Amino acid sequence: MAASDELGALTKAFSGFGVDEKSLISILGKWHPEQRQTFRKGTRDFFIQDERQFERWDDRHVIQLQHEFLRFKHAIVLWTMHQWERDARLLKEALYKGPQHNVLIEVACTRSSEELLGARRAYHSLFDHSVEEDVAFGIHGPERKLLVALVSSYRYEGPKVNEETAKSEAKFLFSAIKEAAGNKNLIENEEVVRILVTRSKLHLISVYKHYKEISCNYLDEDLDGHLYLQETVQCLCKPQTYFSKVLDASMIPNVDEIKKEAVTRIIVTRADVDMKQIKEEYNHKYGVSLPNKIEDVANGNYRDFLLTLVARGD
Amino acid sequence: MSSLSVPAHVPSVAEDCEQLHKAFTGWGTNEGLIISILGHRNAAQRKSIRQVYAETYGEDLLKALDKELTNDFERIVLLWTLEPSERDAYLANEATKRWTSSNQVLMEIACTRSPKELLLAREAYHARFKRSLEEDAAYHTHGDFRKLLVPLVSSYRYGGDDVNLTLAKSEAKLLHEKISKKAYNDDDLIRILATRSKAQINATLNQYKNEFGNDINKHLKADPKDEFLAILRGTIKCLVCPEKYFEKAIRLAINRQGTDEGALTRVVATQAEFNMKIIKDEYQKRNSVPLDRAIAKDTTGDYEKMLLALIGHGEA
Repeated sequence: MAASDELGALTKAFSGFGVDEKSLISILGKWHPEQRQTFRKGTRDFFIQDERQFERWDDRHVIQLQHEFLRFKHAIVLWTMHQWERDARLLKEALYKGPQHNVLIEVACTRSSEELLGARRAYHSLFDHSVEEDVAFGIHGPERKLLVALVSSYRYEGPKVNEETAKSEAKFLFSAIKEAAGNKNLIENEEVVRILVTRSKLHLISVYKHYKEISCNYLDEDLDGHLYLQETVQCLCKPQTYFSKVLDASMIPNVDEIKKEAVTRIIVTRADVDMKQIKEEYNHKYGVSLPNKIEDVANGNYRDFLLTLVARGD
Repeated sequence: MSSLSVPAHVPSVAEDCEQLHKAFTGWGTNEGLIISILGHRNAAQRKSIRQVYAETYGEDLLKALDKELTNDFERIVLLWTLEPSERDAYLANEATKRWTSSNQVLMEIACTRSPKELLLAREAYHARFKRSLEEDAAYHTHGDFRKLLVPLVSSYRYGGDDVNLTLAKSEAKLLHEKISKKAYNDDDLIRILATRSKAQINATLNQYKNEFGNDINKHLKADPKDEFLAILRGTIKCLVCPEKYFEKAIRLAINRQGTDEGALTRVVATQAEFNMKIIKDEYQKRNSVPLDRAIAKDTTGDYEKMLLALIGHGEA
């Protein structure tokens, strides 16, 4: 490989998601001290010129590198876990790092009733608390009621839906959204929360359908500006669209670590559920296949592991 | 402890079914036979009886009972024959319907059952009513009652004995603060009652008493006619001393002008295989008369006989 190619390859090996172990070994392993110095002098991103005449690693990048090297380990551990433990730990982390409302909503709304119940049981074992008590304690503000109720729900999962009720609830949502126009307090509307938090998913899909007939827009579109309600509806009614969106927003260069973690989380938690539909949705929305996108932005073992997961069920 | 007495030598399920079928056929019904069988079988046995009865006679035992029995006796036999989780689901559903609506019953079921039992009730609710308990509870309750009851029926409390005393102190203080301001429907007050484990709540209420001199319920009596305060007091009682709650429920049911059979039936049928012994002890302590005698005085006929059988009257 030509020298400049090697510099490029090494930079790429250290950038994006995960690290390219093979390139690091083959290139760095054979470089003489002068070549390594050229690398340090040449890459502004990773190294800074110290006042005492040497190039030092940028601390922030070293910290980021720690995340990148560990990304593969994290994915493997998460993948190996029992689903209940996985979800319980995701919920706990979401409370403690942030809190990350979107992750709480995602786990509470995209799992089946039995899966969510299992996660709640595991939460008792792991943390000696109920998830609802921790969410209630850790979340403040008007969104607390929504989130506590979402993690406590045990929705009916059978086929029966009362179309009349669905229609009238769609009508209600339409006028409630219109009235709240501009205000941030739609999330405090008890009836709106009641519908989203207690009704079965099939019922809500019917509500979603009726809503479109009344409004000409989709329910989640009209909920622009009410982020938590919007995410709740998307997760409940169109999870694959939601997941494609989050994946795409996470696979952007230089995005923050919290967003990057979404890639591992979504791919590991959906690989055996609806990865096929997510791939279709992703391709449809963004014109590029999900595996290709992953090839582009990810490196090494981490990339290979993701690709294997994404290919399951093909 | 259960007050149910099952005979040492239980007849086979087939025999029980045959006897029950006999009790229905011919002129009138042999209520005594029904009481002597169903009144002395535990949940697993009743379940087998229902199954085999349906297989043998092609009819659900409950339907047969419904056809043959009436009024209070029928209600207690029907409720009793159901499995605990189905029974809770049935009562909860009844409590959301217009003519039988009862915030108290919803609260009672949500708070006196163990976390696991409440979960089973919610599962049974799905199966029987094709909706979730919380969606019906949310739909049929309003305002502050909804704010309190929906989280209560949705809770899955941690079931262990682990308690955080520092948290108990700070939450006791928080409760006192809200109560002094008469903010009875405050989000944090409801949060504590609806999400903390029973052991933790117990610790918190002990701290409350230590700090502020009185039982928390004494501070929740501002307005005797306020139904929400009554439900709040009931919630607390159900969570930390359910036997006292049930003793009072039975006492009020019996002392009322004419008896409140609904409440009496509900408490006996739901507690006979769980806490009835300790409730009987509470009753004796509080009223200086055994529960058997109070029930015998206040009720009659087959209804009385079934109640007495379930509370273990006359058994060794």
